[in-house]
Amino acid sequence: MSGPLLIRGGRVIDPSQSIDAIQDVLVVDGVLAEVAEGIDPPEGAREIEAEGLVVTPGLIDVHVHLREPGGEHKETIATGARAAAAGGFTAVCAMPNTDPVVDDPAGVGFVLAQGMAAGAARVYPMGAISMGQEGKQLAAIGEMVAAGAVGITDDGNPVMDSGLMRKALEYAQAFDIPVADHPEDLGLSGVGVMNEGLVATRLGLHGKPNASEDVHIVRDLMLADLTGGHIHLQHVSTAYGVEAIRRAKDRGVCVTAEATPHHLTLTDERVEGFDTDAKMNPPLRSSEDREAVCEGLADGTLDVFATDHAPHHYDEKEQAFADAPNGIVGLETALGLGLTHVVGEGLLDLPTLIHRMSVGPAMALGLPGGTLAPGSPGDVTIFDPNVAWTVDRDAFLSKSHNTPFHGWELKGRALFTIVEGVVVWQAGA
Amino acid sequence: MNQRRSSLGKDLVGLELLTAEQILTILNTAEPFKEISERRIKKVPVLRGKTIVNLFFEASTRTRVSFEFAEKRLSADTVNISSSGSSVVKGETLVDTARNLEAMRIDMVVMRHGSSGAAKFLAERIPSSVINAGDGNHEHPTQALLDMLTIRDHFAKIEGLKVCLVGDILHSRVARSNIYGLLALGAEVAVCGPKTLLPLGITELGVTVFSRIEEAIQWADVLNILRLQLERMEGGFLPSLREYNQVWGVSRTRLEQAPKDLLILHPGPMNRGVEIDSDVADGPHAMILQQVTNGVAVRMAVLYLLAGGAPDTAEAAKGGVEV
Repeated sequence: MSGPLLIRGGRVIDPSQSIDAIQDVLVVDGVLAEVAEGIDPPEGAREIEAEGLVVTPGLIDVHVHLREPGGEHKETIATGARAAAAGGFTAVCAMPNTDPVVDDPAGVGFVLAQGMAAGAARVYPMGAISMGQEGKQLAAIGEMVAAGAVGITDDGNPVMDSGLMRKALEYAQAFDIPVADHPEDLGLSGVGVMNEGLVATRLGLHGKPNASEDVHIVRDLMLADLTGGHIHLQHVSTAYGVEAIRRAKDRGVCVTAEATPHHLTLTDERVEGFDTDAKMNPPLRSSEDREAVCEGLADGTLDVFATDHAPHHYDEKEQAFADAPNGIVGLETALGLGLTHVVGEGLLDLPTLIHRMSVGPAMALGLPGGTLAPGSPGDVTIFDPNVAWTVDRDAFLSKSHNTPFHGWELKGRALFTIVEGVVVWQAGA
Repeated sequence: MNQRRSSLGKDLVGLELLTAEQILTILNTAEPFKEISERRIKKVPVLRGKTIVNLFFEASTRTRVSFEFAEKRLSADTVNISSSGSSVVKGETLVDTARNLEAMRIDMVVMRHGSSGAAKFLAERIPSSVINAGDGNHEHPTQALLDMLTIRDHFAKIEGLKVCLVGDILHSRVARSNIYGLLALGAEVAVCGPKTLLPLGITELGVTVFSRIEEAIQWADVLNILRLQLERMEGGFLPSLREYNQVWGVSRTRLEQAPKDLLILHPGPMNRGVEIDSDVADGPHAMILQQVTNGVAVRMAVLYLLAGGAPDTAEAAKGGVEV
């Protein structure tokens, strides 16, 4: 256990306690001890001077693909956890669509152990909903939760069988975990590789209509309503989807939902030129959809800003568009994109963005942290909201470099990432 | 390697990015080359010493043979690679295939590939010229060029003509290249087919949509009837070939309802009795074999221009001037 840590004089933003003030933050024995003005440093305390910086609860990304086991050429849990820390995240939720799929307690234990060994951001495993993510038979949900899984999802594959989804939403309630779904009707998506619309038509690429996502979102909301279970909708990208979730929340349906940095900042026009770094699932949509996702994140319909960090080896992306895999890395650009293009363009105020990256995700997935309240885990992120930097994919700590944001000029970057009172990443160190 | 800059740039990836002037340059350059194929000795030394690889990842007879004749009649050295006999089936990536070809110091690659964007992908990665012989559902520029040359042969113009593409627009690279090329040259363009085979946003490209073939026939000067891939029923796009023929098939009976004689084009290979009836395919207004003849001339023109040949010396080039 490290000694006490005192962070002095920063602008502390903790949406969980409605704090936005210049204060000191003290972590003792890996636990948040105090947030106040003029805290006297305990003996042996490390001090961080945070004047001009923003101090927040440790940021949490509930949607990352760390690829281990089975895809270690793309990312490992260690490289992913370090990339997360470099991006200002103190915790991430690892999706179970690895090879083999994390669908049993041994798999969950492996992810947890690798995460702890990495000594960077915390890694919370997600388990599969169905055995092998095949959508047929429920995975060992109770045993996985006992082993440390924080939720279940077949992410990458939607659960197409509505009957199975209903059972998952019913069964998971005994363990107080959310059922996270990648909402997509595979029949409507067909062989689509990008958003259906003018750009797809011009490029001769098959499109996925918004309806392929909307149908599935509405179905999931109906099943959550039916069962009383908690549905967590991943990477919502459509205007209709946002509106459907908003109405369901008004009716009291237990639903939480995500927005990604790329759906908040890009549209399908980015696919021009067949750029495979603009290929992801759900695809980049229209500007109307982008605006609706921004509004949804602003009014709380979408609770969570999550990256869907999806590393791929460079030669897997260096193919014709339809042949390349879906997904982009996001951990090391999310905060900068959020600060520059979401807050900077007035779509959200800063405390709201921090909310969607701290207490929002903690509440959605039932995770510890997301707050600086005394007694909570000593996870803190300190960032400089004003520092200008240029995205350089070759400088990523992630093993993969597949980003559409290479070369973007961003403002705002994490300087210290602190987990349990220990600085796990420091800019320039 | 090309020493001289061609008026088309390094590659011919598609017609969308070409200007009307560039398209007309190709069509005009094709005119003098038509005559070479009518000679007893069908060979001129225009591309002597140039090496061209015909790289076909999808089966093709007509297009590949047409390119090969065009290359050989211009005296280029050619190699054919088709997916069945190449290392592609052994798992080699497109990038590696391209780099290996490049390492053998070739001048041009003519490529057909099943993925949209593959031609651009290749063109961005190798210094030799790339000619797109069809990439996925994206573009098939030389097919549209030969279609336009055939239309121009008949009407002596393209501007102001009404051309309707009939059939499976969704999966058609021929349709997209025709739309871009014809619109650039001032034609009016329509599409006609079942809505399951029309891509979303097609009207935003500036084309009219007819859902019934009878309406298209009333409107058009030219019908370009696309091949219906027989596997479309499996994808649920159509109930049956029989029904397709009954509703959208171009028959003599239907053409007799038109206010004027329509020029009939088809890129081949035809499904007789499906999208086109035999009495239309073999009728007096069908230009289908003329299209094939023009295909060789258009491809000679594209090869000549990309190799750096000047448009205004194409006539002289036939006499033996090398590019």
